[in-house]
Amino acid sequence: MTIRDKAYIVGAYEHPTRKAPDKSVAQIHAESAKGALADAGLSLSDIDGYYCAGDAPGLGMLNMADYMGLTNLRHVDSTETGGCSYLIHVSHAAQAIAAGKCKIALITLAGRPRSAGSSGMQARSWGVDIPDVPFEAPFGPVTVNSYAMVAARHMYEYGTTAEQLAWIKVAASHHAQHNPHAMLRDVVTVEDVVNSPLVSTPLHRLDCCVVSDGGGALIVAHPDIAKSLKRPLVKVRGAGEAIKGQLGGHVDLTYSGARRSGAAAFEEAGITPQDIKYASIYDSFTITVLMQLEDLGFCKKGEGGKFVSDGNLISGVGKLPFNTDGGGLCNNHPANRGGITKVIEAVRQLRGEAHPAVQVKNCDLALAHGTGGLLGARHGSATLILERA
Amino acid sequence: MTMMYQPNPLPAPAKEPGNEPFWDAARTGKFLVKFCTSCKKPHWYPRALCPFCFGETEWKEGSGKGVIYSLSVMQRGNPNPYCIAYVTLEEGVTMMTQIVDCDLAALKIGQKVKLVFKPTEGDGPPVPTFTPV
Repeated sequence: MTIRDKAYIVGAYEHPTRKAPDKSVAQIHAESAKGALADAGLSLSDIDGYYCAGDAPGLGMLNMADYMGLTNLRHVDSTETGGCSYLIHVSHAAQAIAAGKCKIALITLAGRPRSAGSSGMQARSWGVDIPDVPFEAPFGPVTVNSYAMVAARHMYEYGTTAEQLAWIKVAASHHAQHNPHAMLRDVVTVEDVVNSPLVSTPLHRLDCCVVSDGGGALIVAHPDIAKSLKRPLVKVRGAGEAIKGQLGGHVDLTYSGARRSGAAAFEEAGITPQDIKYASIYDSFTITVLMQLEDLGFCKKGEGGKFVSDGNLISGVGKLPFNTDGGGLCNNHPANRGGITKVIEAVRQLRGEAHPAVQVKNCDLALAHGTGGLLGARHGSATLILERA
Repeated sequence: MTMMYQPNPLPAPAKEPGNEPFWDAARTGKFLVKFCTSCKKPHWYPRALCPFCFGETEWKEGSGKGVIYSLSVMQRGNPNPYCIAYVTLEEGVTMMTQIVDCDLAALKIGQKVKLVFKPTEGDGPPVPTFTPV
């Protein structure tokens, strides 16, 4: 069975807040859901599938479904793969819809790391009984140095430079200047990035994403529902997911799970990377983008540095416009997880509703990709291929 | 520019059933690696069942020698800068660790290193870190 053409994204909403000290996390989930329903032209009682991840408080699914008054649920899924969870949720919702298990699925994300003062500089606790923790936590692994070790190895293997990584941030900033909600709207240069303070070698402050409060929501629906609504049609054409860790001690930081999730998504969609007009690429750090571009097949392994240079990711300038909302690097990284915003901007592009300055012409095929967890330790990868119908 | 290693307090490793022999050995200065009794392969981090074939596993003393696979120096540490790294052991497995007792700014991928145990907070056992040969 394939999910190709079996489900549509009919609602997408990015919460405008970037700092919300006076809102609860549950409230931001609900406000995001309300926004996505309004975007779709649906109501609360229409929802019969719900998907959320670890950012949902408590037992997630149970607490949030109850809080939001989701009383008609027939299918639920709280797959937790960090920041890429929400792309997997789209795929799982499409599978459930294709199997007749639900017709209108809601996906939400929300969090307040900015108000709570948490960031990728700190150790995060995921609970007890985690088998790898005794052999890793004493050495100070945090988010940024995990990704930094991937960058260091890439530079060693392929001669990638800090200046090449900086181009990724430069491109994101060119897009963010047009987004009134973006946290960082100033256009930056390669020099600005490489002259910003080193956080964890070889990554500089401007190689890192923002820390923002916020949220987002998506509605995935059966084709019959989608065609009854008034919004432009965006269908799910292919999806892939993968998990990659340390391989029993055969650690290989030169490739990510995107190699498998991307191949699966392209196979299901029946297209190649050359067919993609716009790409939302997870950008927790500049190196995250570089790795994914290579592993998804937009360029050969080791050639990512050359590929991103000279503005090749800038809409209207380069070959592969990416993250036209400014991405996690400049716009928003709600709950320290950027997955849902990746899908939302891809939907805007396919609908022709991105900012006119960054809207890709004839955008009929878009890719959204997420990386969750720690790229340098263990991570999830999820790829979606979406099409304007 | 040099950045000489200065120690930070290291948190004691969390206690998990099955790891006691590793930490008991560490207290006597011995470094253990898990091997599969069925396929004979080593793995890291240590597990009760082999991650390659689900065979039973046993502890063996490791060489404590390796090379740096990758590294990153956190510029603002707790409170001092520190170098997290992956070190590939002579046995063929790669482990997360720290590089210590050296100029952190001079470290390179591919550099040969040897094991040095460092104490942890409270009554915790020492943890395996590495320093350039």
